[in-house]
Amino acid sequence: MSGVDTVPLRMLASLGVAGLCSGLAVVGIFLVTKPRIERNRAEALEAAIFRVVDGARSRAAFVVRDDQLVPFEGAAGTLPQEDAVYAGYDESGALLGFAIPAEGSGFQDTIKLLYGVEPSGDHIVGMEVLESRETPGLGDKIMKDADFLASFRDLAVTPPIVAVKGKPTHPNEVDAISGATISSNAVVRILNASNERWLSRVVALAKSSVQRTGSD
Amino acid sequence: MAVTTVQEDFAKGLWRENPVFVQLLGLCPALAVTNSAINALAMGAATTFVLVGSSLLIALLRNWIPKQVRITTFIIVIATFVTVADFSLQALAPAVHKELGAFIALIVVNCVILGRQEAFASRNTPLKAVADALGMSLGFSFALLLLGSIREVLGSGALFGVSLFGPTFEPWVIMILPPGGFLTLGLLLAVFAHVKERQLRAQQPAAEPTRRAA
Repeated sequence: MSGVDTVPLRMLASLGVAGLCSGLAVVGIFLVTKPRIERNRAEALEAAIFRVVDGARSRAAFVVRDDQLVPFEGAAGTLPQEDAVYAGYDESGALLGFAIPAEGSGFQDTIKLLYGVEPSGDHIVGMEVLESRETPGLGDKIMKDADFLASFRDLAVTPPIVAVKGKPTHPNEVDAISGATISSNAVVRILNASNERWLSRVVALAKSSVQRTGSD
Repeated sequence: MAVTTVQEDFAKGLWRENPVFVQLLGLCPALAVTNSAINALAMGAATTFVLVGSSLLIALLRNWIPKQVRITTFIIVIATFVTVADFSLQALAPAVHKELGAFIALIVVNCVILGRQEAFASRNTPLKAVADALGMSLGFSFALLLLGSIREVLGSGALFGVSLFGPTFEPWVIMILPPGGFLTLGLLLAVFAHVKERQLRAQQPAAEPTRRAA
């Protein structure tokens, strides 16, 4: 290495050039992979909708216009780019429930999840974490821990959900995963915030359109 | 430094200086993602990409990198390759990416990679650096695959997701949990140490008979 006569300027220049090239490479790969990654995300969301609303055979997207939920009008099979909720229907077109995407900060980074609620808005019937970067082996149990995920199959939403240590004694409680308390609380916080935002709207929607054939 | 051929640079990482079994480097991913053979293979492939790419670039740039900021430069280069690997995997194999989670991003801090830049790539020609990186990567991938296969067979009764023993097999669940990783690695290290010692014993009497007598 010919670094004997190195001056600070040369060190700065090397790091500056390295940083610039690195930045360009990162932006480049981000732009190249973006469409594909977004398509993968949409497919994962689509599949998750049918898991959190158990038994659903078709779904329809709804977006907010003038503080009300209206059907999303886009090409068949495309998902809205804006915030949306998804209604799930059975074969006969009867409304089974809603799948609501929600996100919020976790321990490390944003946690994105999807959860299902009954048409009445009283109970959460399923929850799935779509994306998270919680600590491997601890916080990431919120995606994998079977007992934790099962506690969202029939969970009352009023009063607001709380995560407790040990066995839940009330219908609005979930058992926080030991070693992943912060991540468990984050999931509960995300759900409560999302419920406050969406529940009255989806209940109103369910009442106004009890029967609707979900065609798209 | 002893003069070595390109073939020797390549071969040493496979066995004699295997990163996991001999140097005991990169143990975090080696333990964490080896609960199935396919995860182990994906981690091995991602690490290979990052290690070979970084080694080539560092060897090409070795005369321009001021030695005071070399480690920082190595990390910038490695982090760039890791980001490329992260996004590519997310685009091409989302299921594997979700399974490996944060461990792809954590390749940045895999000490095998920084170690090869400091110990080898920054002092050798690009050809030798790539040979060394390939050997080390294959050695690393081999170690991960061995761990992953043993753990998946015992812990899930399957290999690459294909069930081996039929529905009556009772999986040994602890093998796919973190303790299984430590158990498997510990036993493999013992086997490696045993083989090595036997090889040494076989060579030593001929080479240094006096020391053994003392």
